[in-house]
Amino acid sequence: MAFLTIEQAINQALYEEMQRDPRVMMMGEGVAKSRAWLLREFGATRVRNTPLAEAVVAGTAVGAAASGLRPVIDLLFAPFLTYAMDALVNSAGKLRYLSGGQHEFPLVTLCMTGSGWCVGAQHNHNLEAMFVHAPGLKVVMPSTPADFKGLLKSAVRDNNPVLFFTDLALLFEQGEVPESADHLVPLGLADLRREGEDVTLVSYGKTVRVCLEAAEQLSECGISAEVIDLRSLKPLDEATVLKSVRKTGRLVIVHEASGLCGMAAELAALAASKAFDALRAPVVRLTGPDAPAASSWVLEQAAVPNAGDVVSSVETLLANRSQSAS
Amino acid sequence: MNSLIGHPRLRGLDTMMLIRAYEERLAILQQQGAPGTCTSVGQEACAVGVIGALESRDRIITNHRSAAHLIARGAEPPRLMAEVLGRVDGYCGGRSGTLHISASELGVVLTSTIVGAGLSLAPGVALAQIMGQGEKGGIVAVFFGDGAACEGILHESLNLARQWELPILFVCENNQWQAYVHRLETMADESIFNWARGHGLEAERVDGNDADAVGEVARQTVAAIRADGRPRFLELLTYRQRGHFEPDDQAYVDKAELNRWLNHDPIALMRDRLMAEGHLDASTLASLESEVGERIDAADAFAQASAWPDPKQLLDFVYA
Ligand SMILES: Cc1ncc(C[n+]2csc(CCOP(=O)(O)OP(=O)(O)O)c2C)c(N)n1
Ligand SMILES: [Mg+2]
Repeated sequence: MAFLTIEQAINQALYEEMQRDPRVMMMGEGVAKSRAWLLREFGATRVRNTPLAEAVVAGTAVGAAASGLRPVIDLLFAPFLTYAMDALVNSAGKLRYLSGGQHEFPLVTLCMTGSGWCVGAQHNHNLEAMFVHAPGLKVVMPSTPADFKGLLKSAVRDNNPVLFFTDLALLFEQGEVPESADHLVPLGLADLRREGEDVTLVSYGKTVRVCLEAAEQLSECGISAEVIDLRSLKPLDEATVLKSVRKTGRLVIVHEASGLCGMAAELAALAASKAFDALRAPVVRLTGPDAPAASSWVLEQAAVPNAGDVVSSVETLLANRSQSAS
Repeated sequence: MNSLIGHPRLRGLDTMMLIRAYEERLAILQQQGAPGTCTSVGQEACAVGVIGALESRDRIITNHRSAAHLIARGAEPPRLMAEVLGRVDGYCGGRSGTLHISASELGVVLTSTIVGAGLSLAPGVALAQIMGQGEKGGIVAVFFGDGAACEGILHESLNLARQWELPILFVCENNQWQAYVHRLETMADESIFNWARGHGLEAERVDGNDADAVGEVARQTVAAIRADGRPRFLELLTYRQRGHFEPDDQAYVDKAELNRWLNHDPIALMRDRLMAEGHLDASTLASLESEVGERIDAADAFAQASAWPDPKQLLDFVYA
């Protein structure tokens, strides 16, 4: 095991995959600067700075992926993906299907987002659910260094387009990471981060930590919370979530992205349609507001669900239960 | 404004000094933890030269590197600084922070930090002007960088503006850098203004660090746009002196290139020229400097004393 930051874990994954497979290459505004050692190791043919032109960078990656390369593109901040959306959504996501299976797109798109840097809504926009909604794209948003490494490696090896989101507040968090070049975390598998009996907390990205903190606080007042880190948003690990909901009967979903048509809505629908009989309380969604992110520190932080919010919603859920039972 | 300023070029110098002092003060606050900014240090002459040629009926679209444009248009450093610090007295009540400061009261509209966004919005602002919204005869000046020129939207915008005869002044501040990438690494062409000529626009390239030269060409170009309503393009050659986003150690910057441009600093150039021509003497300069310093001290004090927004106002302006 090595002790790495998330940034180092990402870099290690890229290095190992480029080492393993000469078809893997990187493109993006400044990648040859921000990942200079990849340039030194693998050369300017495989590590390319691009002009500021997200639409054609993504389009080039899609074309290259269909033609035998395995591109990883770094589009910096998630909101810049909107310039790249045509290539990603309409081409990468649809042309395998529309061609009757003629094409494949082994392509990874990296980007960052999330609150914490006071940069405002044109940099801080958790728009991952937009891509979950678009058919044909896989979406990943891990929370630990080991998962960043293992999932990025799996994403590079996947034959389909993967959107890989990094919450920038996590970049410098540290954790143990397996050193093996074969450390893979499969796409579509959630991680049970804490076992519990009374309530299931489901999250991804930086709010996983919020849920773990909340679970710790809840345990002090005798409430046992189970915490699930989704890691992959699509494919979604329905089985892990449903199993937990069947056990606890209560579901709280927490994410920084806004609620409307978001992952929490999807999970609530999942519980309602496939574990209705097991639910002992209404499903709770704790999400960012349906509003652009402000820059000002105070407003930015007010928009992020925190451990206190999780604790009080769980307490409310359980209080209602004991009232109705008495 | 300092009462010693008689000559309009001296006013331009004073504005450039104010912009510089404002951004240098922010850099100090940033070392103490204030949010970072993209400074226009080294590019002040572009803003002062072009905006000096505009009238109040004109609209300005800026970008992430906006301080020079805003101050040249008359924005108040106290309210700008409050915005950067995320306080209620900022131009956008702290919601923007540094990256998207609009000030409609000054005609600075639709500021976006998405590179190239201004290019997509300018045609609509100009269309509204020619279709009778706002004061008659206004034009739109859209500022963007050499990096934005690489976005495909530039060509869409130029073509539409030309075809619909929209009164837009495209101002490309070619500061040689696109974040951490030198522009020679991203464009084979030596010049950007030729791209605009390819779309049928009249286009010029001038030394963007010479406020006199920028002012001269901007006045002529604005007059031409007002006369025939057609878009035109200016490429201003300049240099980003302090890096992309504060703090930036510029370890990736070629020192010889940086030094060449530091020796061609827009403020020093104007100051020395005005002195040589007898429009400025040492004591006037000292008085301008101290007045600028006082204004920045006051801005700093105002911004730091300004309140944080109330979290209860998080959902103001949310309409759906
Ligand atoms: C669409 C988009 N891509 C990337 C960025 C990140 N970014 C912000 S400024 C910048 C450099 C822009 O270069 P240029 O247009 O030359 O303007 P300059 O910063 O030099 O003034 C980059 C890459 C962004 N804000 N928007
Ligand atoms: Mg530039």
